[in-house]
Amino acid sequence: MAGLKINNVTKHFSDFAALSDVTLDIADGEFVAVLGPSGCGKTTLLRLVAGFEQLDKGEIVIGGKMMSGGRANVPPENRKVGIVFQNYALWPHMNVAENVGYSLKVAKVDRATREKRIEEALALVNLQGFGERRPANLSGGQRQRVALARCLVAAPSLVLFDEPLANLDVHLRASMEDEFAAFHKRTGTTIIYITHDQAEAMALADRIAVLDHGRLAQFATPRTLYEEPANEMVASFIAQGMVLPAEILSGAREGFCQVRILGQEAVLRCRPDEIARNDAKVCVRADDLDVVETGGIAIRVKRSIYRGGGSRIEAFPVERPDIDLHFDLPDPARLEEGAETRLAIRTGWVIPQAEGAGH
Amino acid sequence: MPNSKRHQGHDAALIATVAVVVAALSILPMFRLSLEIIAPQGRFSTIALQSALSSSATWIATWHSLQVGIGGTLLAVILGTSVALLVSLTDIRLRSAFVLLFVAPLLIAPQVTALAWLQLFGPASPFLKLIGLAPPLGSPNPLYSTEGIILLLGVQYAPLVFLIVRAGLRKLPRELVEAGLSSGAGKWMVLRTIILPLMTPSIIGATALAFVSCVGNFGIPAFLGIPANYLVLPTLIYQRLAGAGPSALSEVAVLSMLIGIIAMAGIFAQDYAARRRDYRIVSTSLPAAPFALGRARIMVEVLIWLLILLMLVLPLLGLLLTALVPAYGVPLNVQTATLANFKFILFEHGSASRAFANSIGLALAAAAFAVLLAVPLGYLITWRKRWWTKFLNLSAELPYALPGVVLAIASLLLFLKPMPVVGLQIYNTIWIILYAYLARFLVLALRPTITGLHQIDRALEEAAQVAGAGLMRRMRTIIFPLVAPATLAGGVLIFMTAFSELTVSALLWASGSETIGVVIFSFEQGGDSSYAAAISVLVVAITFILMLTTNMFSRHLPSGVLPWRD
Repeated sequence: MAGLKINNVTKHFSDFAALSDVTLDIADGEFVAVLGPSGCGKTTLLRLVAGFEQLDKGEIVIGGKMMSGGRANVPPENRKVGIVFQNYALWPHMNVAENVGYSLKVAKVDRATREKRIEEALALVNLQGFGERRPANLSGGQRQRVALARCLVAAPSLVLFDEPLANLDVHLRASMEDEFAAFHKRTGTTIIYITHDQAEAMALADRIAVLDHGRLAQFATPRTLYEEPANEMVASFIAQGMVLPAEILSGAREGFCQVRILGQEAVLRCRPDEIARNDAKVCVRADDLDVVETGGIAIRVKRSIYRGGGSRIEAFPVERPDIDLHFDLPDPARLEEGAETRLAIRTGWVIPQAEGAGH
Repeated sequence: MPNSKRHQGHDAALIATVAVVVAALSILPMFRLSLEIIAPQGRFSTIALQSALSSSATWIATWHSLQVGIGGTLLAVILGTSVALLVSLTDIRLRSAFVLLFVAPLLIAPQVTALAWLQLFGPASPFLKLIGLAPPLGSPNPLYSTEGIILLLGVQYAPLVFLIVRAGLRKLPRELVEAGLSSGAGKWMVLRTIILPLMTPSIIGATALAFVSCVGNFGIPAFLGIPANYLVLPTLIYQRLAGAGPSALSEVAVLSMLIGIIAMAGIFAQDYAARRRDYRIVSTSLPAAPFALGRARIMVEVLIWLLILLMLVLPLLGLLLTALVPAYGVPLNVQTATLANFKFILFEHGSASRAFANSIGLALAAAAFAVLLAVPLGYLITWRKRWWTKFLNLSAELPYALPGVVLAIASLLLFLKPMPVVGLQIYNTIWIILYAYLARFLVLALRPTITGLHQIDRALEEAAQVAGAGLMRRMRTIIFPLVAPATLAGGVLIFMTAFSELTVSALLWASGSETIGVVIFSFEQGGDSSYAAAISVLVVAITFILMLTTNMFSRHLPSGVLPWRD
């Protein structure tokens, strides 16, 4: 078991900067999700930690031992990290027990111990008695569990998950999420979990690292990410936040400040060091908007999408047609395309001025 | 970290070993050949060059090579492309059986094909005698002619063109055909304006390959041309060497370079033609639905099976009948038919039975070596890509791309004198043939290995890596088992090709190291067609048995690895 330090890591593929100056300090036993849209560099980060790629700058330290950086470049086979691959990567020419026991055989563990540990590992993922089966004869969920057992049998100090649920159907995802959470609780292993699915990351991780175009946008707990995004990218990426221009009328007082958004005044959450300025951006989510009879912002409906039990309304301020707004309207209320109404902002978050990751 | 150093050491050792072996098999002989051309016997001189290039025999043979090369290529391309279009685009029945039989001539050694056709049409043809159409004894065989050579080259390499064009047609997305049809174009219109233009790269590629094969072919012009004193470059080289021995080496080196240049010209012409337009197909999808031939179907089917009868069944029948005839010219019937020829070549004739042992040994050794080398080599080329790995691939391709005569001459030059340092002498032994086979056929195992590796998820290797397995262990326990079916199929192909090989061994054999190809050739040259036919019948039988046996395992193979499997 070990913590992971990623210090100022940079990786280029010819001209393309896959990762620029990424720093993450992950505690021993922590469950960290690396989240971002495709092409943001999260897979590169995983491959660097595993040792499949070599970094250009920076260093990677696992459990206090320098793995990459400086002169060190420990090959993947000596890093003692486990990986659960996206498509499981089970060896088709070996049965389940052989797949699980492979790393023990490599480590020259004697036969009796090996068999015992394979049994234990299979029991941990509820696959007792599956040892003789071939991977081809297993369901998707079972294959995922074999991959998990294969990974944990070697008692790795660090386990990397590479979008492990991307190939499973929706029902299986939920139960595998439970499985991963239980796995983490039971083993206490440090886990780095790569995903593009926010719900998955939110549900599982202690902390989430959001990557954007190879840069670390924010590294914080799921709640902080949602409530206090550090920049516009995180604000708009997490839970479809709307980023609106605003003017801060008063400095922060007890975590709140007075702002004017699209002509309407509101009280929003903010950092304690926030000061009055007129170039501010705020993050507002669909839940923070209420349809009101008077006051608020005048809007025109662009599109109404029925979502079952209510509608998602897409609209724009009458004064500012270039700004997109969206909110949920529960049945039986309805708003047709072209209809006009008014919106009040109940709450929101003032995005801090300085570009910064973490808190 | 001593442990990590050890692993990196393994990496470097693997890369170095593979590179050294490939260089020894490809770059070294080609380098030696070039050296001989500019500096014969170690001294800079243009005498050999001048004497070879001023001889009229050289230019006559070059002209003949071009003649039969272009003629044979044209025939092969027309025949192979038409059959590929028919098989791929129409709803004919019994497709896989037809493909298996149509491709067979490619796997039968050229000299066996030549022998079979000669037996079919010659004045002593037991078949023509059976049906009472034999010309009188002593009249010339019509195949001893330019046209005869062109005909047989066309038959031999039509399957090669067929395979390449068929592979191209399989990749043709059906949307492109359907878009044409729904634009109102008829089937012929679609064929002419969409399918054939898109197939241009395949057809050009096939043409180049057929051309290289035709000009490099030794067996067919040796059997059909030498009796008529019609020499092409490979047979001229053979005659010079057979007549003057190693003293003629400098001169034949120049001749082999000439064939090399002609072959390369074909490849460059293909490259040029293929670059002139963009033929890339962007999407991939299911192959197009076959065109219904309707009432014409039965006619087309009869036609293509007649083709099989003519190209394969009748010649092989001719071969079999000749093998059963007790002596030249004796009419064959139930009373005269005999197995004595088989008995003679298997048990009584010393060099014939030795040749069987030699050829089986050579073919097995070449196949085994190629399989063992192809896996790490393919691994470096596909999964460990660096800027230099494509040169490894090119180097492995070179000895096979160039005509066999070129490699044979290069091997002779390389090993005429004992090897420096170790002092080992392999000239005039079976080992020089083995060396040439290893060099020439390695790529036949490498290509399917690369295809196979491209279809395997590299995460399978990475999973073993994070499990702590070093390179050698991953190679043994993960990579080799996963890609083995494809590589072994390549090994079978090597065995079949090497087993009845003639071009290389004809120039390298010595008493004691005869190969089956050489023995067939010697018997036929000595007028013992029945013995030559008997050996050929056994060779063909073994080839067919191997084809059908490997077919049974085709389920485990990536598609396209077994050429005869549709």
